[in-house]
Amino acid sequence: MDGSSMWQEVSRNLRWRRGKGYLFEALGLISILVGLFVLFLLFYDVMRDGLPRLIPCRGQAAFPFFQCDLSVTVKFLTSFPSRRPEEAGIASALVGSVYMIGVMMLFSFPIGIGAGIYLEEYAPKNRLTHLIQISLANLAGVPSIIYGLLGLQLFVRALYNITGGRSVLSGALTMALLVMPLIVIATREAIRAVPDEIRQASLALGATRWQTVWHHILPYAMPGILTGAILAVSRAIGETAPLITIGALTFVAFLPEGLRSPFTVLPIQIFNWVSRPQPEFAHAAAAGIVVLLVILLSMNATAIYLRNRFERRW
Amino acid sequence: MMRMSPMAGPSVSVAPTDDVVLSIRNLSVYYNDRLAVRDITLDIPRNRITALIGPSGCGKSTLIRCLNRMNDLIPGARVSGEVWYHGQDIYAPHVDPVEVRRRIGMVFQKPNPFPKSIYENVAFGPRINGYKGDLDELVERCLRQAALWDEVKDKLRANAMTLSGGQQQRLCIARALATQPDVILMDEPTSALDPIATLKIEELMRQLVQYYTIVVVNHNMQQAARISDMTAFMSIDRTNPDARIGVLVEYGPTEQIFTNPAQQETEDYISGRFS
Repeated sequence: MDGSSMWQEVSRNLRWRRGKGYLFEALGLISILVGLFVLFLLFYDVMRDGLPRLIPCRGQAAFPFFQCDLSVTVKFLTSFPSRRPEEAGIASALVGSVYMIGVMMLFSFPIGIGAGIYLEEYAPKNRLTHLIQISLANLAGVPSIIYGLLGLQLFVRALYNITGGRSVLSGALTMALLVMPLIVIATREAIRAVPDEIRQASLALGATRWQTVWHHILPYAMPGILTGAILAVSRAIGETAPLITIGALTFVAFLPEGLRSPFTVLPIQIFNWVSRPQPEFAHAAAAGIVVLLVILLSMNATAIYLRNRFERRW
Repeated sequence: MMRMSPMAGPSVSVAPTDDVVLSIRNLSVYYNDRLAVRDITLDIPRNRITALIGPSGCGKSTLIRCLNRMNDLIPGARVSGEVWYHGQDIYAPHVDPVEVRRRIGMVFQKPNPFPKSIYENVAFGPRINGYKGDLDELVERCLRQAALWDEVKDKLRANAMTLSGGQQQRLCIARALATQPDVILMDEPTSALDPIATLKIEELMRQLVQYYTIVVVNHNMQQAARISDMTAFMSIDRTNPDARIGVLVEYGPTEQIFTNPAQQETEDYISGRFS
């Protein structure tokens, strides 16, 4: 083979190899565009139905001359559900969601983070802890309705005297079980990202294990832990199935008075409205979805902000 | 330049005129029942730099980590034998390793400052140990001793990670000094540093040894020859090379080890015939 034909051979070959690269690039781009397009479509659909109900504006087409009626927004957020769709609001669902999530955080954060610290920093690496780790990963993938069934039996029925049955407390405890594996896993990953040299440095100065965890491991792992915890909470806010299973109400015209009070949450309220035949209720449902989306997106944005703000490079 | 040492003789013990700070007796280390270091007996003299040299994997780091019980942290590690420190065997059952580590400081191979301010790095040790005196004064004194004060005095609140590698390592030395130990263990403290930073650390060690006892693991023989008073040469047990068991071949004043070693293996190593 003379020199020039060898070069031709190589360049033909190279063109084909490059071509395969471009092909993959194009396929990847198409994949992400499909995902984004579907997301955008859903978003557009919800906004088109929901925004006029949530924030009615005059001359919406004429963008610079927006005149919006925020009193409708306030009314939607502060009214109880009603038979008349134009009067219906999400007050009880919004308060129920916030209340339940707050109580859930009280239970799931300390226990989940504590379990993560124990597994990473204290537990001996033996077969039992290995089993626990595998179980945690599996628990994180269990369908949420299974947690609902557990909550129904355990918190609503067996612990009726404590929880008061289908109450905020039962819902919060069920949700706490649901998100706990996520928090444990996030905590462990965040702790594992702290290099061992830091532990050694602290211990070599005569710090106890706990002082090392408290002064070094936890602070450096905190952004990661918080990111995971926030994502876990935003999952809990959107969950419907386990709460329907434990019997959260679908029509609540009062605010929960205490931990043992019946309650409803946003996704259940939305679900209720969607199943009504009148189109006005569909609009109310869309408006509720917009509110839920705003909450979720702002929580995720907070998580991303925390991650970027406190990210460490070792 | 080689330092003259007041000590002479090839024995494992130091001359009776020198105070012994750490007295290692028949120390063996096992990792999961695999013998890693066998039967080390060694006396570390006060206010001297004692260098541990030897080929890779001969257990120098393992040995030095036994001296402040850092090896306890490795799962499966087990130690037999004794390490006497101020009339106390630090491996005696009632001894708390945390207490040992407070009094025997350590500097690691890779600079590992906490990702906190320079001040907080130095203040952490005294703080957790309940230091009652003037913390600002102590931090300044330690940073001065570590020859870092002039470079950082205007930015004590800056994050320690912004310092250069050499500065970070001197900060780690200042941090170790702050718990007021009398022994400082250094595990290849300059192996991650450039030559200029290395030289600074070496000078610093010569100054610190007036007040402290230093044990240093040295991969670099020239450095050991430059800075140490005593040298312990460790190697792998040649009678059973597959087991890779670390043993002490020879211990004595640095000058003697490098000019007139008693063992053929020591001579082979320092003359570069194997590493």
